[in-house]
Amino acid sequence: MRNILVFIIRYHFLLLFVLLEIFAITLLVNSTYYQSSAILKAGSRVTGRFYTSISNATDYLKLRTTNEQLAQENAMLRQMKGVSFLKNDTSSFWVNDTLYKQQYQYIVSKVVLNTVGKRNNYIMLDKGSRSGIKKDMAVITSNGIVGTVVNVSENFSWVMSLLNKHTRISGRIIKNNQMGTVVWNGVDHMYGTLTDIPAHVKIAKGDTIVSSGYSYIFPAGILMGTISDFRVEQGDHFYIIPFKFSVDFNALQYVYVVKNLMKDEQETLEKSTEGIQNE
Amino acid sequence: MNRLVLTNIFRFIALVLIQVLIMNKVNFYGFLNPYIYILFILLLPFETPGWLLLLLSFATGLTVDIFSGTLGLHAASSVFAGFMRPLIISFVGEKPEYDITTQPKLQQMGLKWFMAYALLMIFAHHLFLNLLDVFSFDEFWQTLLRVIVSTLFTFLFIMLFEYIFAPRKEKR
Repeated sequence: MRNILVFIIRYHFLLLFVLLEIFAITLLVNSTYYQSSAILKAGSRVTGRFYTSISNATDYLKLRTTNEQLAQENAMLRQMKGVSFLKNDTSSFWVNDTLYKQQYQYIVSKVVLNTVGKRNNYIMLDKGSRSGIKKDMAVITSNGIVGTVVNVSENFSWVMSLLNKHTRISGRIIKNNQMGTVVWNGVDHMYGTLTDIPAHVKIAKGDTIVSSGYSYIFPAGILMGTISDFRVEQGDHFYIIPFKFSVDFNALQYVYVVKNLMKDEQETLEKSTEGIQNE
Repeated sequence: MNRLVLTNIFRFIALVLIQVLIMNKVNFYGFLNPYIYILFILLLPFETPGWLLLLLSFATGLTVDIFSGTLGLHAASSVFAGFMRPLIISFVGEKPEYDITTQPKLQQMGLKWFMAYALLMIFAHHLFLNLLDVFSFDEFWQTLLRVIVSTLFTFLFIMLFEYIFAPRKEKR
């Protein structure tokens, strides 16, 4: 007995080493054992709270990816919204008919190039024909209308923003349903101009302007801005209405490209009607 | 003596935090896995009794294990490093005169001694850890490459650590 004690005291370093090694390796090999899971469980009570507060801080570093995901999801949800569907006539009954038929699809895209300071401003998006973007599609954000696609390559598209001499978009004042044309005078990227509203109509500052829907490009009712001022030039019968854009063109990040699934049908119909009238 | 204990406790906490918060996220092509918490074992005073050395090593490893979810892996490697420490110290040699508070630090032992000591310790620890992790000799050369790369990286960090934190205290 005494000899054993002497042995233990003499070789305690080696013995303790072997003992601890065996214990550690047993933990490692049998990590499904109750003991080890109990240790990890007790540990995780502390480490869990610890890592939660750490991830609260580090989440900020992942905001970019998170934003992208949310934008994707928004595009998907927008696609399911009622506005995106053309209501079918319900007075007649079709067997394989559905109440709503999809008219607009939304493709989320990122702005890679953007100017606001020129007379004619364009925006470049990081998606092109490969993602289904075509010429003459609308570009919007959740805040309102941004512009129209004017050219596409395989992976990029070129958008004419509202801040352009050639912009002419049909707009409507929500309050009284008056239709006008939105143009940009090239001075301030915050303000556009609504024209062609007859002078006898009553309008007020703060009235909201939306897209009229009288085009093959833009869905109806998409926000454009709010009236900030109005005047009638002498001898003219139409208002000149400066309005504040709802979109901050200087801070564009993610946009939706709107695809009108029924554009071809609409255009064909228009052409054939013209043909009939020309006869 | 009390100050020495406090310093070591502080060092323990700091190194474990750096390990689990920063170093565990470093993963360069799966080859670079620095384990700088070994510095705690490196810097324990010379006169630390053997059993305490082993127990402290085990505690360090287990703490890192609990935070990394690899129960036993770091504990085993740390205990191995603690076990090898006296051997490596006598192997590196030139044991200077020291009192009870002397620590195997860069400033007290000189650059050459510390570099040899640190490299051997880190290598022993990393080799044991990686072999235990892979648990086979099949891809030995690949494992060895991983060990060497990680060793160098850990060594770099430890030297930085020594230069950043030590000098002011010693000159006082």
